[in-house]
Amino acid sequence: MSIRSEPLVGLARPPRPALSRSGWLDREAVFSWLMMAPPLLFLAGLVGYPLVYGILLSLQDRAVAKPGHFVGLRNFIADFHDPIFWRVAVNTVVYTVAATLLKMVGGLGLALAMNQHFRVKNLVRALLLLPFIVPTVLSTVAWMWMLDPAFSVVNRLLIGIGVSPPGPSWLGNPALAMFSIIMINTWRGLPFYGITLLAGLQTVPPELYEAATIDGASGWHRFRFVTLPLLKPIILIVTLFSVIFTFADFQLVYVLTHGGPNNATNLFATYAFDLSMGAGQLGLGASVALAMLPALGLLIVALTLYMRKS
Amino acid sequence: MVTGYGRLEQTVRVWLPVGFFLVVALFPFYWMTITSIKPDSELYNRHLMPLLVHNPTLKHYIDLLTQTHFLLWTWNTMLVAIVSTGISLVLGVMLAYPLARMRFAGAGLIAMTVAAIYLVPQPLLFIPLADVINRLDLGNTLTAVILTYPTMLVPFCAWLLLGYFKTVPKELEEAARIDGASRLQTMRRIFLPLCTPGFISAGIFAFTLSQNEFLYALIFLTRSSVRTVPVGVIAELIRGDVFYWGQLMAGALLGSIPVAIIYSFFVEHYVAGLTSGSVKG
Repeated sequence: MSIRSEPLVGLARPPRPALSRSGWLDREAVFSWLMMAPPLLFLAGLVGYPLVYGILLSLQDRAVAKPGHFVGLRNFIADFHDPIFWRVAVNTVVYTVAATLLKMVGGLGLALAMNQHFRVKNLVRALLLLPFIVPTVLSTVAWMWMLDPAFSVVNRLLIGIGVSPPGPSWLGNPALAMFSIIMINTWRGLPFYGITLLAGLQTVPPELYEAATIDGASGWHRFRFVTLPLLKPIILIVTLFSVIFTFADFQLVYVLTHGGPNNATNLFATYAFDLSMGAGQLGLGASVALAMLPALGLLIVALTLYMRKS
Repeated sequence: MVTGYGRLEQTVRVWLPVGFFLVVALFPFYWMTITSIKPDSELYNRHLMPLLVHNPTLKHYIDLLTQTHFLLWTWNTMLVAIVSTGISLVLGVMLAYPLARMRFAGAGLIAMTVAAIYLVPQPLLFIPLADVINRLDLGNTLTAVILTYPTMLVPFCAWLLLGYFKTVPKELEEAARIDGASRLQTMRRIFLPLCTPGFISAGIFAFTLSQNEFLYALIFLTRSSVRTVPVGVIAELIRGDVFYWGQLMAGALLGSIPVAIIYSFFVEHYVAGLTSGSVKG
């Protein structure tokens, strides 16, 4: 088929009628750019322009409903001297690294567990993806209730197995609050990891395992030297995805702790929101949001280049 | 392996880990459900066994539907999700088709730009966008979110469809071209009807993403009558320090059901879309 289709492609290109309007419209470049113009204009207007405008805002002392003045880098200097800003930076990194590692390890475990033969596998897979499907805000409200200071079901179960009442203050203690948002982010994102890796596992040819077994490889060695290298590209892509969206997470923290207690769980996105929408300091808020850009930009470029390559 | 012992071992090896993941994944939904049908006297009683319902009641649902704008929020959410998904599919096709099928200078650059825009998270854009929406005088209108959701959905749909389009054989289109059809006719009459599975995948994803969106809706929609479910639930069922847990859980459950139903119908498409993103790149 592939041998025959080559000459056909050549034939498929009809001789262009010179300068006729329909002929002009049918040229590949003209057709393509005309077709792409509306979506590209849309994205330029509502992504490109706001991105540039956000950078301009970060250089102004702009407050809500007031004209702003150019202040140079003063907002960024204020960020630099703001202890909360550095707290937020550390929180964001801790949150991203911990949640991503947990999702990676747990997701691999889920994929390996699911990569066995059993009945109702498709049903199980569908159920396991539910945390990823359901709107984050709604499932986070359920977690908030499960970790409620007075009526936490988690604590009641813990007390049932011997923890002394009233049990840990999941959202009131700074370290536990960070632990809680990491766990809930993992709960939500792990199925995405697991099911994607499962799809990767299913593409590993069984002959490779058979060959490895004949060569005397143990279960661990088969995993380490056959499975893992073949999964590496998928793990890398999913991880970059997860890092980007965890780094810029907003909803979960806004709903569960609102950055508290005492900024212990405040992230870049929630802090930028508080400054801009809460305190009305659009310029300062924009500078905090833009502080994410170097790291995010690097990750986005890396992921884009990698996806293009593969 | 055929012995009873081997089969038992097999069962344990499958269901011990899978069961663990299932319990962790599903417990919050179980807890949502039983909280929503417990009377307050049970909800706030620490001496009762919490995992069971003793006297189920629909009171929280009735309160939710009669005392709040929940039905209106649901309508708003569906309207916004359907319209922005539709817009995003159309614009996504307009980007993906030329990128998948045509050869022209700059195609690679455009493809990369689209992928990069998909990865730009909302927190990077919401402050300037809020100002833009204000200047367009679109605050507190559903148009504000219908216009902004596609900023994340269009690149996403384009990217997913691009991958799908490349798997569709070219022969039919080539035949249509030989028969004298224009490029536009070929695309609309011959090519797009072949791509229904791709549209379903992209559509379900876009739909769940719109249902999930919170930040833009929180900023742009501050009047109760235009709110979407996530914002309505957070902003109006949590009043100060008072939590109406029964109503909150009823709202969370009802708000999750549309997505869950649509997802259950198209779960295979969803998984295919999920994996095509990273497997086929």
